[in-house]
Amino acid sequence: MADVKKIATRESYGNALKDLAEEFPQLVVLDADLAAATKTGIFKKAYPDRHIDCGIAECNMMGVAAGLSLAGKIPFVSSFAMFAAGRAYEQVRNSVGYPALNVKIGATHAGITVGEDGATHQCNEDLALMRTIPGMVVMCPSDDIEAKAAVRAALEHQGPCYIRFGRAAVPVINDKPDYKFEIGKGTVVREGKDVTIVATGICVDSAIGAAEKLAADGIDAEVINICTIKPLDEELIIASAKKTGKVVTVEEHSVIGGLGSAVCDCLSEKLPTPVKKIGMQDIFGESGSAAALVEKYGLDAAGVYKSVKEFL
Amino acid sequence: MNNLELQKRANDVRKGIVTAVHSAKAGHPGGSLSAADVFTFLYFEEMNIDPKNPDMESRDRFVLSKGHTAPGLYSALANRGFFPVEDLKTLRKLGSYLQGHPCIHIPGVDMASGSLGQGISAAVGMALGFQMDGKSNRVYTLLGDGEIQEGQVWEAAMFAGFRKLDNLVVIVDNNNLQIDGAIDEVCSPYPIDKKFESFNFHVINADAHDFDSLRAAFDEAKATKGMPTCIVVKSVKGKGVSFMENNCAWHGTAPNDEQYAQAMADLDAIAADLEKAGEA
Repeated sequence: MADVKKIATRESYGNALKDLAEEFPQLVVLDADLAAATKTGIFKKAYPDRHIDCGIAECNMMGVAAGLSLAGKIPFVSSFAMFAAGRAYEQVRNSVGYPALNVKIGATHAGITVGEDGATHQCNEDLALMRTIPGMVVMCPSDDIEAKAAVRAALEHQGPCYIRFGRAAVPVINDKPDYKFEIGKGTVVREGKDVTIVATGICVDSAIGAAEKLAADGIDAEVINICTIKPLDEELIIASAKKTGKVVTVEEHSVIGGLGSAVCDCLSEKLPTPVKKIGMQDIFGESGSAAALVEKYGLDAAGVYKSVKEFL
Repeated sequence: MNNLELQKRANDVRKGIVTAVHSAKAGHPGGSLSAADVFTFLYFEEMNIDPKNPDMESRDRFVLSKGHTAPGLYSALANRGFFPVEDLKTLRKLGSYLQGHPCIHIPGVDMASGSLGQGISAAVGMALGFQMDGKSNRVYTLLGDGEIQEGQVWEAAMFAGFRKLDNLVVIVDNNNLQIDGAIDEVCSPYPIDKKFESFNFHVINADAHDFDSLRAAFDEAKATKGMPTCIVVKSVKGKGVSFMENNCAWHGTAPNDEQYAQAMADLDAIAADLEKAGEA
């Protein structure tokens, strides 16, 4: 097997912030004592005056970001997903969402691939929490290219955005000449006619791997990459569901409230279709290496393949 | 504006508060009345604002961190000319722009608030943004003395003190009452001044109902460089309406028709005294 370039999307995030700093002079970056881990340290090194370390106080940080946006800045607020979306949820809702402020939240270390730190730090609920806030754009990029594109799109978008990044290095899968990113648009990564696999984040790569295994069994799976969980590309999902008649969702997140729920919300109203949701099945994670956890919880290519086979 | 004029305005603001809350049959008169003189001083004297141009970039900002006292803010804004005083009667009614807690779309309102502890962080963020850009806008935020039980207040205070935000004024309305009783019986935040001092604020104690005291405090805040200022204003909850004063039952209760008539009679009597004082 040829060497595949791998990079963690948190790394892409830090690089994108630095690369876009000149083009967006109002951009400021906030962190809560995690700059080395969230990779906003990359931005801090290049633009120390525009990096604001708020200390270990995420609720205040979110409010400070709200205030900065009202003073004309475009703040990117960073912490682990558990603290950005979890601990500061009410600040995001009331101080950012309700007044519809131009605040961008870059949440890293999402999902179980946080790994060894264990369940307290493995946020499998952030997409659900952020989806419920009116006007919030929710994105979950699958690789380096998409992560950088999402950061740019968030800066160009007027209004609150939440972007989820991961800790572990993931393969680059979007390095295609015709690749373009748009908020609210999904992409068909692989065309097929027997089943639709809708995936987000690091699970897009697993879905592609599963589709290859399914092909060997004579099952022709369509794979859709949904980076923007909200607003969801309903048109794309409905068209694919109409073609295949069966849908599987894959996410490194609780099956309650995330991509799977978003897809079901859409299909149940507009094109009732059998759906199988792969993700964290209403359980907490645990310590272990990212690879071991992804395997245990059935989020790798083999796990997705197995679940799809059972579903069909 | 001289003190007598300010007192007259404050009395009008109080009438607006009582009228709005009575019309809404709900709302928070106690803490609105205790802060009425502070609202009046800020909007008629202290802040650089223009009711004709509420979004003016160079304006000073105000965040009502104790957002439940929206009737006080709305009445000050209406009496200052941001929107018609008559609209105060639409408070909390379906379809009205005067939401139960401050909403960012209301003319003159700089930030949504109401979930306690959050407004101060937004004010701190505004002050930081202006400081970073070398702008002269000043930022004011009003907190309740019960509100400072929220941990986020102290996260914000630590940050503001550390960042030396001398364009920021935090005002604590110390009326000593919260919903469940006296603040020092529920979960005492005293000593309030010493706490803010230890978070690297310049702290001033003032009388919430004395315009000389307020003027001196805000002038001192303006002259303070290198650190944010906290003004702890000692106030009377329900100030101006005899039966509401120092009674925590009036934290979040609207007067009925009879009580409303009594409240307006109290405020009319004050207005008459102020007129007489002006003629003397």
